[in-house]
Amino acid sequence: MGSRNRMLKNLLAGIAIFIAAFHIIPFYIMITTSFKRESDFSSKWIFPDYLRLENFAEAWSQAHLGTAFMNSIIITAISAVLLIILGSMASYPLARYTTRLNKAVYYFIISIMVVPPLTALVPLYKLVVDIGMMNTRTIAILNNTTAFLPLTVFLYAGFIRSTVPRELEEAARIDGAGTLGIFYKIVFPLLKPVTATVLIISSVFIWNDYQFAIFFLQDNDVQTITVALAGFFGQNQSNLSLVAAAALMAVLPMTIVFLFLQKYFIQGLAGGSVKG
Amino acid sequence: MSQLERKISYTTSKSLKPKIRLKNSLWFMYLPALLLIFTFIVYPFFNGVKLSFTNWNGFSQDYEWVGLEQYKRMLTDPTTWLVVKNTLIYGLGSTLLQNIVGLLYALLLNKKIRFKSVTRIIVYLPVIISPLIMGYIWYFFFAYQGGALNDILLLLGFDKINALANPNMNVWIIVFVNTFQFVGIAMIIFLAGLQSISNEYYEAARIDGASSFQQFKKITLPLLAPSITINIVLNTIGGLKLFDVIFALTGGGPGNASQSMSTYMYDLYFQQQNAAYAATQGILMVFIILILSLSALVYFKSKEVEA
Repeated sequence: MGSRNRMLKNLLAGIAIFIAAFHIIPFYIMITTSFKRESDFSSKWIFPDYLRLENFAEAWSQAHLGTAFMNSIIITAISAVLLIILGSMASYPLARYTTRLNKAVYYFIISIMVVPPLTALVPLYKLVVDIGMMNTRTIAILNNTTAFLPLTVFLYAGFIRSTVPRELEEAARIDGAGTLGIFYKIVFPLLKPVTATVLIISSVFIWNDYQFAIFFLQDNDVQTITVALAGFFGQNQSNLSLVAAAALMAVLPMTIVFLFLQKYFIQGLAGGSVKG
Repeated sequence: MSQLERKISYTTSKSLKPKIRLKNSLWFMYLPALLLIFTFIVYPFFNGVKLSFTNWNGFSQDYEWVGLEQYKRMLTDPTTWLVVKNTLIYGLGSTLLQNIVGLLYALLLNKKIRFKSVTRIIVYLPVIISPLIMGYIWYFFFAYQGGALNDILLLLGFDKINALANPNMNVWIIVFVNTFQFVGIAMIIFLAGLQSISNEYYEAARIDGASSFQQFKKITLPLLAPSITINIVLNTIGGLKLFDVIFALTGGGPGNASQSMSTYMYDLYFQQQNAAYAATQGILMVFIILILSLSALVYFKSKEVEA
């Protein structure tokens, strides 16, 4: 019985390795490709016996990845901060002071989650052109922030309702603190777990966004990484090595952050979706 | 129960100090959020409804009212139905695959075996990568010229295939890539669900002589119902609005063969300069997503009650 059990466990571990290997395949292909010469027609499965590091330098400058990284960092960071400030602030009265108005506002905001804002892209594009904000980082920030506000409010409101004790706020109120003061000094620090979830979810999705970016950020100097990569891919479809080098550099930062903080990422993203 | 408590604390806090009466709704705290939502979601949405009754080309300042012209065109346009069919395949196909594969992975990696943690991380990794770039990464695999798949086929003595240009294949390749990317989320949600099931149920079932399969069917599956609901709603919405992967792998082609509603809207707007028609397609998309995700929610919520 014991040895049979051990054999079964070894078999299952073998299956786990097989699954892991299968999921690594596309990354492995990307890596081998990224080091090869354009003229190297050997199988993509075989790692080259040389490393053409110039691929990375060329891809970096030709795809304008430096500018693109800067833009992605600015857009992601500001959107995430705005989401945390505006989302937490909005959720507090919606979760705490359930007047008829607040209930209606809450359900209105939550119901927007079902309809992806992308379905209204055409009229949104018109609006952006009309207010003269095409090709600005500002519009990317505003669009991304708005798109994730409903989920953010949902997460914060749920957390405030279920975990933040009312007594603390009431004590502070009796001590004469104002509503905003109570919120920032007492409630907000208690919201750290959701704030982490919101930060992770919004950073990942805004960093990776392509659909908003391709509509609103077409100039070279405001392009995010995804837009820069799409443009670069279009120009270099015949030189897959160069594209693979660009793709590898593009996914590296988020992958490194993920590997260091994977526990928080997995909890955060799953936590957000479980509640969402 | 908590409602009563809340009512009590509400009234006591009121009577304790009249100054802290909660007379207003503190609306100024959610005003900025509401303004953003109205400006960038609600207003464009209704403007889209308005534009669907015009012939706006997307660039000029003038347009005319054309009544139901765009809707008539949409319903008689064979491309609409092709695109709706593809969108449903992307939405429902990915949902089915992600749930089945995600559940199998979760069942395996919930066991106390070696390599379970590292496998979980590797399966999960694509979730944090841009779907567009994930599309390009798979392009290196499926590409006709120098793709990794053709390298194997040639080695095994088969002919090269142009999988991404084959309309019977590329739609399913897109489903596969989307599933590959997001199966990690389904797996994690199922793992969380499995870990919340108390061991006592299984012990009791074992004492009663239930087989592993019976335990799975009578205990695991019903108690996973909430996880299944979440996964189905999430994956359906994600699959129905698929854009980036299609853009990266096939560009919607050949012709319109792998176009989804999102990529078709993009194409109508920028390539065909028919913004009003693109807006009309957007409204159809809202309807489809609403109907499917709400019916999934209602159906699986009712199952949860039974369980």
